[in-house]
Amino acid sequence: MDLRLTDDELAFRAEVRAFLRDNLPASIREKGVAGRKLSKDDYVRWTRILADKGWAAPHWPREWGGMGWSPIKQSIFLDEVQRGHAPEAIAFGVSMVGPVIYTFGSQAQKERFLPRIVDLRDWWCQGFSEPGAGSDLASLRTSARRDGDSWVISGQKTWTTMAQYADWIFVLARTNPQAKKQEGISFFLVDMKTPGITVRPIETIDGGHEVNEVFLDEVRAPLDALVGEENKGWDYAKFLLANERNGIARVGISKARLDRLRELAAIPVYGSGPKMQDPFFRAKIAAVEVELKALEMTQMRVISNRRNDGKPDPASSVLKIKGSEIQQATTELLMEVVGPYALPYEAPDGRTNEPPVGFDWAGPLAPAYFNNRKVSIYGGSNEIQRGIIAKAILGL
Amino acid sequence: MDFELSGEQQMLRDNVARLMKDRYGFEARKGYQASPHGWSDALWREYADMGLLGAPFAEDDGGFGGGAVETMIVMEEFGKALALEPYLQTIVLCGALIKHGASSEKRAELIGKIAAGELRLSFAHTERQSGYDLNDVGLTARNDGASFLLSGEKGLIGQGDSADTLIVSARLSGDRRDRRGIGLFLVDANAQGVTRRGYPTQDGQRAAEIAFANVRAEPQDVLGELEGALPVIERAVDETIAALSAEAVGAMSEALSMTVEYMKTRKQFGVTIGSFQALQHRAADMTVALEQARSMMYLATMMAGEEDANERAKSISAAKVQIGRSARFVGQQAVQIHGGIGMTYEYKVGHLFKRLTMIDAAYGDADLHVRRLADQGSLFA
Repeated sequence: MDLRLTDDELAFRAEVRAFLRDNLPASIREKGVAGRKLSKDDYVRWTRILADKGWAAPHWPREWGGMGWSPIKQSIFLDEVQRGHAPEAIAFGVSMVGPVIYTFGSQAQKERFLPRIVDLRDWWCQGFSEPGAGSDLASLRTSARRDGDSWVISGQKTWTTMAQYADWIFVLARTNPQAKKQEGISFFLVDMKTPGITVRPIETIDGGHEVNEVFLDEVRAPLDALVGEENKGWDYAKFLLANERNGIARVGISKARLDRLRELAAIPVYGSGPKMQDPFFRAKIAAVEVELKALEMTQMRVISNRRNDGKPDPASSVLKIKGSEIQQATTELLMEVVGPYALPYEAPDGRTNEPPVGFDWAGPLAPAYFNNRKVSIYGGSNEIQRGIIAKAILGL
Repeated sequence: MDFELSGEQQMLRDNVARLMKDRYGFEARKGYQASPHGWSDALWREYADMGLLGAPFAEDDGGFGGGAVETMIVMEEFGKALALEPYLQTIVLCGALIKHGASSEKRAELIGKIAAGELRLSFAHTERQSGYDLNDVGLTARNDGASFLLSGEKGLIGQGDSADTLIVSARLSGDRRDRRGIGLFLVDANAQGVTRRGYPTQDGQRAAEIAFANVRAEPQDVLGELEGALPVIERAVDETIAALSAEAVGAMSEALSMTVEYMKTRKQFGVTIGSFQALQHRAADMTVALEQARSMMYLATMMAGEEDANERAKSISAAKVQIGRSARFVGQQAVQIHGGIGMTYEYKVGHLFKRLTMIDAAYGDADLHVRRLADQGSLFA
């Protein structure tokens, strides 16, 4: 047992830090620090910088642009990117559909799509959830039928994150309505410009626009839009969700928030002095840091014990639950720093000409708190995760 | 980064686990508890034969060359079985005082005997007023020309009634709460002027109140720097907290597995209670609490030997917070899910709960360590 990073890993971390310091554009970093929304251009610009370095899809196989890093190094990289306030990779391409394509797709699909995922020439979104299929995803009703040389897809997807930017969508659709619900589903790659696709924004409680409804009305996709085998889509979806749970603890994000919290809590906002002088508040920060330290170690245990069978490791449910709780706790503490000055509403995308009320850094704090209630809901709600732990770990 | 045990460590774990399984069933434990020491002399000899008592000491000092990982392994298995023997007092706590405080001659003299099972020690440190403050030492050591005379009272001394030798902290100079001026003395537990009153504790173990009336200690009985013992005490307590975290993880994992087993067999309303989602989710939360605690057990084990006292103390405090909070939750819920049977004295789960409760209360509870962390910088600096 040796829980220290090796010299090689320490050198790697220093290399990543130096790269971020020298290459992350200041304007993007500042938005990250302040918790302001990034534009599509910000994401594309940063991804291209990473792609030039070869680091845009480091966990992929080498032939498609991966770096061959150990799981520990991948984790260090992610942690540094997150803590350094750099934009996170758009997961839908590089972490979700990319691995599905290079694992189950045809050679033509790989050659066509993978390079364009790496440098974000194609922005992907995820067509999984439906109004009637949330946690119970397999009950989805979007259908696909073969008609001559195309698939005809109809249905409604929802909670589709950043569909407003997307060039492509990967869609789970039912191809065999007679089969058991998990067995009649297929996995499709669909061009968002196809006629019959309509995107309608959903405004969330923070006032932001991240998620959308996507309507598919007799959308015609070519036969080669199908990934792998017909009716095997559920297997691919499970594989994808297993990948989605990697990095779900988002330890680096929470570290970055705690850095920010200590910085803001040192500023006198109201009352007799900076919030940091309040021992009760300091104790709350310390308690969250303990949880985060434990989570970081738990994540390392999961990584060093990673199974390679493509199935989700039930231990990742522990990471999901704790990781989301800590993200919520840190955003809550950040909001508490400003107390009543969290009150003034500031539209997240700047749809206002009014000057901010109070501290100009206070505006995004309450919205971030409201927005982060999502993290215990998405990616399999925390209740679903508890069910997984009960069944897969405890055998109940 | 590597969480794997070596082959030898794996074997150690298997051996201790087997011994506990064979000899430390809950009924057997009741017998050990009822014996005069409140623990088993026979098992202490077996621990010696198996090499457990010399495990964390350097070979040069008469030990077997292990370290914090070996201690973690032993304590986790002891935690599952609720072992009563004074391993934490003698091997971990007093062992650390000797390791870090004693001269090489003294180490050679003591550690061989400890490893052979011939010497049981307790650390007579806490006093009525001191609580968790390691610097609060009122018992005095008066220099009487050739030797020292110790006078004062110590309390809540783990297994202090059955120890052969006490390591006694005493104030040589300064005010009662000064960091300087504290010395450590090896004192025969049966020496003239030592009065011990032993009593049972909530967790089934024993402790003692010990009074010292002009107890004579010779210069060769001084452990380490005469007036500068506090850093050694703090270091030894940090190592003890690391070991306690492993004991707690063992006890929590036993409590959880007993609870899950019960959920699979206990029927109400015609079904096993494990089919109820409310209880499944509770057990899942217990799992999360246990795994977070286990992670901090690893951190504490890794940092127990850290030379930088501030860094070590921060990690150890963080571990103690997590251990304390997880221990309370897992212990309470284990009793709750067992229902009435969890409340009975004859059943093990309630005793796991009690030991877990006392572990939180030992060497600073979760609140104290949170406060300590709150007054320092970030854990992620």
